[in-house]
Amino acid sequence: MRFEPMKSLAALALTATLALPTAADAVEVQELTSPAGQSFWLVSEPSIPIVALEMSFTTGARLDPDGREGLTRLVMGLLDEGAGERDAVAFSAEADALSARFGFSAGRDSVTVSARMLTETIEPASALLAEALSSPRFDADALERVRGQALSGIASDETDPGAISQRRWFSAAFAGHAYARPTSGTAESVGAITRDDLVAQHKRILTRSSALIGIVGNIDAAAAGALIDRVLAGLTAGEPVAFAPPETEIPPGQTVVDFDVPQSVVLFGHAGIAREDEDYIPAFVMNYILGGGGFSSRLMTEVREKRGLAYGVYAYIAGLDGAPLYLGRVQTANARVAESIAVIREEWARMAAEGVTEEELAKAKRYLTGAFPLRFDSNAKIARFLVGMQESGLGTGYIDERNGLIEAVTLEDIRRVAARVLQPDALSVVVVGKPEGL
Amino acid sequence: MRFRELTRPLGAGIVALWGVLAAGIASAETPVTAFTLDNGMDVVVIEDHRAPVVTHMVWYRVGAADEPWGQSGIAHFLEHLMFKGTDRIPEGAFSKIVADNGGQDNAFTSWDYTGYFQRIAADRLGIVMGMEADRMRNLRLNETLVATERDVILEERNSRTDNDPGSLFSEQLRAALFLNHPYAIPIIGWRREMETLSLEDALAFYERYYAPDNAILVVAGDVTPAGVRALAEEHYGPIEASGRPPEARPQEPPHLAPRRLEMRDARVRQPYVMRLYKVPAFEPETPREAAAISLLVDILGEGKTSRFTQGLTFGDGPAVGAAAWYSPTARDDTSLGVYAASKPGRTLSEVEAALDAEIARMIAEGPTEAELDRVKSRARAALIFAQDSQSSLARLYGSALAVGFTVESVQDWPEVVQSITAEDVRAAAETWLRLERSVTGYLMTPDGEAG
Repeated sequence: MRFEPMKSLAALALTATLALPTAADAVEVQELTSPAGQSFWLVSEPSIPIVALEMSFTTGARLDPDGREGLTRLVMGLLDEGAGERDAVAFSAEADALSARFGFSAGRDSVTVSARMLTETIEPASALLAEALSSPRFDADALERVRGQALSGIASDETDPGAISQRRWFSAAFAGHAYARPTSGTAESVGAITRDDLVAQHKRILTRSSALIGIVGNIDAAAAGALIDRVLAGLTAGEPVAFAPPETEIPPGQTVVDFDVPQSVVLFGHAGIAREDEDYIPAFVMNYILGGGGFSSRLMTEVREKRGLAYGVYAYIAGLDGAPLYLGRVQTANARVAESIAVIREEWARMAAEGVTEEELAKAKRYLTGAFPLRFDSNAKIARFLVGMQESGLGTGYIDERNGLIEAVTLEDIRRVAARVLQPDALSVVVVGKPEGL
Repeated sequence: MRFRELTRPLGAGIVALWGVLAAGIASAETPVTAFTLDNGMDVVVIEDHRAPVVTHMVWYRVGAADEPWGQSGIAHFLEHLMFKGTDRIPEGAFSKIVADNGGQDNAFTSWDYTGYFQRIAADRLGIVMGMEADRMRNLRLNETLVATERDVILEERNSRTDNDPGSLFSEQLRAALFLNHPYAIPIIGWRREMETLSLEDALAFYERYYAPDNAILVVAGDVTPAGVRALAEEHYGPIEASGRPPEARPQEPPHLAPRRLEMRDARVRQPYVMRLYKVPAFEPETPREAAAISLLVDILGEGKTSRFTQGLTFGDGPAVGAAAWYSPTARDDTSLGVYAASKPGRTLSEVEAALDAEIARMIAEGPTEAELDRVKSRARAALIFAQDSQSSLARLYGSALAVGFTVESVQDWPEVVQSITAEDVRAAAETWLRLERSVTGYLMTPDGEAG
């Protein structure tokens, strides 16, 4: 068997980085404005007869009124449960008949609409989507049914260690602020939601001025502009969202939520770094080396590969609008929780003090630049990426520039950003389970 | 699965993919080429030139249902150990080399197959092929590695199963459904047996089954069939065939008695009833059978227009949610599941009675033409949307070929699905949805209703 020996593998990787096909070879982004004045990003990709439309409205569950937590999620869940002339079943049957697929979801800082449509039925399919966005019926029976599903999920979350850890971490980190509240709400708040609440919130969260749009597929600029206008026709321009970021710092500490499961779930984190910060890219590379790089990361090597403490451990930069975070998670047997947390804290401190090695940085750059084109191998993925870039305030040129920005990161950059971001003493740690020795 | 993709062993992902295959995936836009190497390794090439990347997968036609008695979990454990190293790949370096080349890798284990994959720039295909071919025969393990990784799979079992009463309940249901076939045993393994899995067990399984004539190579992306053939002949071609396909498994005796389970767990907040029926998987000689079951399940339990959703959750219906699922990708008779969760104040027996009423109505009347048209149309759309993801297409072909489909039967499948009549669907319900072929379980709170 002719197999490239290790040395030449590594050498090949080193020398070939610049020769890698770039994402830009496959993706040409146009920044456009529709006839009605809506800006959107387009990638024309004619090889398969489908169109992926992705929209993010920068409003989100943070705008739930006090006492109505869960309202935004309920609105999004009801958009395709009857709209215009059609009740829930008729709407769903029509989507099937047109071979269209719609998805609606809600996060803290945005709500998302995803559509996949066939070129041959795109006009009626987009008209159907427009009905869902502009004329949801909020029929009483649909409301009660979807409310029932939401309450069932909330009840199940009460005994799901992962869900418990999320709720506890955010409620402790952002006490008194909207970010402390669960996006799914509570049994009480969801139980209190009325049809009037839904109607009012629908108008607040789906507005033309908050929409960021990516469209990818077998469609040209003119048709895409017409499509966008058709889909958004019934929405109001809306007001800029007044939203005050949290003012207090995340209190450090360790909380144990006693819960009878064999394996504890541990959520840990502290303040992170904003996307617009000039040290964001170095922090992104640092995170790959510490906890983001799958089997290559330090946390995975120390916690799983060397010690067998857990199936998975990872860390990530979380982009809340008003509160950048650096979070991580591990699940480990109750008897070994203390050891896992100690190892993680040690790695946190080691990188804060010493930064990374030259070899680690080189490997991170090779992976991050080489794997970039993997994000562009489907229309749906590209459409999400276009919206992600807009959410981060990036220009269309970012796709061409991005690998150069990664390549430019130095050891000193990582040392600086690690010392700034990684604060072992600032970690807020929530453990759900029956951990021993904490 | 080695990490992160915490789908349950019953594989929500695979079930969803089969929704796609129920649609079929043959199409003019996506050229698919198949050939076989001299040593018996099957090769499938799926061309997609939109981005300069490739998905490279090797599927072994062996999984958890082929494990020696008493060694449950060994197929999945070996999957983890396959990343440890060979004479040429230093300990723990496999994934790091892939990453160093800008690629991603992972693996997964089912009852019928074990798959390994990398996603990487198309010009690196030869590198990952060389590495995958190398570890087909040259794995090197030691006791320390095995002991540490055994702790990892025990934690994986905790994450997937022991921390979640719903997963434990599903495990109990399957064990009760299959009276003799190893589909009764969880892929991850029973904890007590996992704790005893040894280096020798792993190597014995590896040497017995990992060979080119038990494997399928699937390459999807920015490649040509000729290019893939040349690389495959270079890297996999020199490996000797084993001449030993996996053995037939013990089959089920006739199912004569409906089984019933009740499980109570303090962590349950949403009680539900779940029933599994033993039904045929795809068989090359009788593809219409699996196609009719696929459409039946779609009409009964997929989406808002389904019989279960409308009959059980609308208006005064007793359930908060209801669904049905089935995957024809299995080597032997497989399971069809139905499920419904009760509204507060309603009993599981009420919910079960409502499920039974919908099934009885389907057996009596069959589907309407409108229902049949709708699920067929959904299937056609899935066919087109499936082309948007090279890795999903690669998984579809790999899983199908691993359980007995040929490329031709995969490509004929959409036509078979479109040819199914309302009477076929009704007859499938009557033939297969029989209580004696099933196990029905209630998952309840400790103080829930008595059964």
